[in-house]
Amino acid sequence: MPKAKTPDELSYEQAFRELEGLVASLESGDLPLEQALQLFERGQALAGRCSQLLEQAELRLRQLAPDDRGVPTDTDLELEE
Amino acid sequence: MSQLSFFGMQPRLWTVADLTRYVRQLLEGDYRLQDVWVAGELSNLSRPGSGHLYFTLKDGEASLRCVMWRTEAMRQRFSPREGDAVEVHGRVSVYEAGGQYQLYADAVRLAGEGAVYQEFLRLKARLEAEGLFDEARKRPLIPLPARIGVVTSRAGAALHDVLHVLRRRYPLAEVVLAPTPVQGAEAPAGIIAAIELLNQRVHPDVILLVRGGGSIEDLAAFNDEAVARAVVASAAAVVSGVGHETDFTIVDFVADRRAPTPSAAAEVATPDGAELRLAVDQAARSLAASLRRRLLQARADLRSRQVALRMASPRAQMANARQRVDDLTRRALAAVRTGTALRRAAVQGLIQTLRAVGPEAVLARGFAVVQLSPSGTVVRSTRQVRSGSHLTVRVHDGSFPAVADDGGE
Repeated sequence: MPKAKTPDELSYEQAFRELEGLVASLESGDLPLEQALQLFERGQALAGRCSQLLEQAELRLRQLAPDDRGVPTDTDLELEE
Repeated sequence: MSQLSFFGMQPRLWTVADLTRYVRQLLEGDYRLQDVWVAGELSNLSRPGSGHLYFTLKDGEASLRCVMWRTEAMRQRFSPREGDAVEVHGRVSVYEAGGQYQLYADAVRLAGEGAVYQEFLRLKARLEAEGLFDEARKRPLIPLPARIGVVTSRAGAALHDVLHVLRRRYPLAEVVLAPTPVQGAEAPAGIIAAIELLNQRVHPDVILLVRGGGSIEDLAAFNDEAVARAVVASAAAVVSGVGHETDFTIVDFVADRRAPTPSAAAEVATPDGAELRLAVDQAARSLAASLRRRLLQARADLRSRQVALRMASPRAQMANARQRVDDLTRRALAAVRTGTALRRAAVQGLIQTLRAVGPEAVLARGFAVVQLSPSGTVVRSTRQVRSGSHLTVRVHDGSFPAVADDGGE
């Protein structure tokens, strides 16, 4: 198993997918206690990461369009609301 | 004669009402007149307070009175104006009170729309035959898209609607807009370029191809074959959200998912943040519950092993031995005690027996023992006694002396 990233480095999808995996492993039951405790702590951190992302996320906007010379250019999208 | 014949063979005299009704029945009886499309120029349009629509269709040679009832008029997507070249659908009948035959219209469209629609049907049939509408060909949507491409006009309400939904529902994503005109001559090429640009440069998880509703001309780019093929060729799944519910376009049929509006397209392409929050909470609860179960199980295992350990320890075995000694001692003492009691009971029994067979019991019943005094010989026969013999008489509670006063026989 590759060295696990800290939850803060994970995207929502990565964090949630790992969390689901941990729940499944823990629910299957036969883990050594030490390992079960480790999984639990990791799972808590992942759930925290997911919640944090959901609460704090702000939609990021970009625009991809040809510039004056027809070259596709990637810019932040500013919208007048 | 002519007078006679005039009175004798009278031809039928119609009332106006009868004749008019007869003509009406003739027209209504001809099925070809009950389902017609008529092309012409719209004139004398009036829409009184009743909401019904009255107009005349004209071409160079003739004119036709038309009426469209309010309920039908309200259902039309297109609102006809004076002078429009239109095609009207309806049935032919007679307005008896006005003595006029007219077209009772139920649909009106701009002239040429019919041809456009036929072309639409032909293209649809062709692409369908190619299998481009097959559900099996379509890509499933990614449940948690990280990057969402949007192909639409920068100015339209569609972009605003999409961003509004995404902000509220799924702000985790990054949105990349590839702006393009979505109606007019440049729209098809613009849409195709935008889809290709997104796929090449951004690799979005999903592309929303959206615009607001409009007439069939407004939506022409979304019925364009090249645009449809660009949607099919897109590396990212495409969700279409064009116009309102009733507008089906070719793009809707080839898109991986079709949504009725731009907002709905944004919803179809993303999970609901509230549900994600619930799922995270649920996972956290499952995690805690599993750990609790695992701890309870560990505790139960520990307890059962502690018991086993105690049973196996030397101390436990010594205690066991001690207990066995105690036990044996207790049993030995009990045995001894039981033996003594038995013996005591036996002696008691003997004493009872002795008492029963001894003289005391007989004496108690009133007999007496007579002995010669002082020898103590028990008198069993009269011959042992003489006159003046000294005797001792024993009764049950003691004895007393006596003298025989006369000899025996």
